Amino acid sequence: MGIKEKILTKSLYVFHLSSGSCNNCDIEIIDCLTPRYDIERFGIVLVGSIKHADVLLCTGSVNRLTVPRIKVLYEQMPKPGFVVAFGSCGASRGLFKDSYNTGKPLDEIIPVDMYIPGCPPRPEAIMAGLLKLIDKLNSKGK
Amino acid sequence: MVYPGFLFSGAIGLLAGWFDRKITARLQWRVGPRWYQNFMDIAKLFLKETLIPDGASRMVFFAMPLLAIAGSTLASTIIMVINQTPGVTFIGDLIVVVYLMLIPPLALMLGGFASGNPLASLGGSREMKLMLSYELPFLLALVVPIAKAGYSIQLGGIITYQALHGPIFFSISGVLSFVVMLLCIQAKLGFVPFDMPEAETEIVSGMYIEYSGPALAMLKLAKAILAFALPALLITLYFGGIIFTASGILMSVLEYILILLLMIVIKNTNPRVRIDQAVRFFWRIPTALAVLAVVLAYLGL
Repeated sequence: MGIKEKILTKSLYVFHLSSGSCNNCDIEIIDCLTPRYDIERFGIVLVGSIKHADVLLCTGSVNRLTVPRIKVLYEQMPKPGFVVAFGSCGASRGLFKDSYNTGKPLDEIIPVDMYIPGCPPRPEAIMAGLLKLIDKLNSKGK
Repeated sequence: MVYPGFLFSGAIGLLAGWFDRKITARLQWRVGPRWYQNFMDIAKLFLKETLIPDGASRMVFFAMPLLAIAGSTLASTIIMVINQTPGVTFIGDLIVVVYLMLIPPLALMLGGFASGNPLASLGGSREMKLMLSYELPFLLALVVPIAKAGYSIQLGGIITYQALHGPIFFSISGVLSFVVMLLCIQAKLGFVPFDMPEAETEIVSGMYIEYSGPALAMLKLAKAILAFALPALLITLYFGGIIFTASGILMSVLEYILILLLMIVIKNTNPRVRIDQAVRFFWRIPTALAVLAVVLAYLGL
């Protein structure tokens, strides 16, 4: 078991899904790829297709319209795969909690492995979060 | 299987993939991944499950990665074996290698079409057009080493000619056709100015889009092996092949790294061109250069 997790955590491919976010989190994700933070050091790559991904990074308070799409995308992610709720909205719907438009919180739709709070989370927080996810997976294997 | 075949060329190809990522990162002032990153990526993909899209034709979808990996492995094995012992060459092996190298992109194209995804078929149609555009200058440039080596279509013949008369690269026609070959290889490997079949930002990795798990790993391995076999073919045709002594191997490794570096720098300093621009480019400048090189080679320059 241990080797399997070790390999998996050494190359996490991240798919970024915006479920009705204000675009702020989405920009901060791109910041992680810049020379200052360079998340590719840890083998983490942003991919364009959910079929290649290991991590579903979900930003935004979940709209009613995006609920079925999130379910479809979660089913299309090849397992083993993980879900990260990104930003205050992803974790708790933030200030859109009582909006007419917001459906359920993300963790009631699909199982969430990891929360990264912040509005938006700083790149340092994102990296700390992803490294914590790696630690969590490694300890699971032992 | 192990030495000149699948494992050896796969390992070199994956290392070349890491070299590409590292140099790209350094050119962008980043640190870049560690050396075993690409091995980890492939190992991880073998641990994941494979999903079959709803409207896909199963058989073609799963046969194509196998076909791609078989084609590129066979091509690299033929090149390496003939480099080791030029005597085992057979008539027309150069043509066999060239057409074996055509199998991975063809297989990828069919696999993309079979997946039933509109973006994948868009990528497939682009790949087809790109193939039509680069094959013409590629085959024309291939005529130069053949003509230089006394009209021998054997890799062994070309290697023994170069062992006697010095590398083909050191002549006007040799340089011209080498430049054309380099541009074609850039397109064959899908490096940036000509990466519209898999354009990450535009049609989200094109033909790969529906592949996941071991099937995707096999396609990536086929591409990695091709990234080893194509520069190896260039070294064989223009730099006198790989001579199996300590200094000869060192020379070949240096030449390989140099060719890779050249391609990566081209990749990082150019934007992606549109497919019509690529076709127009390949049918004009490289084709004209290749024709010129063939004429010069015919005149003995």
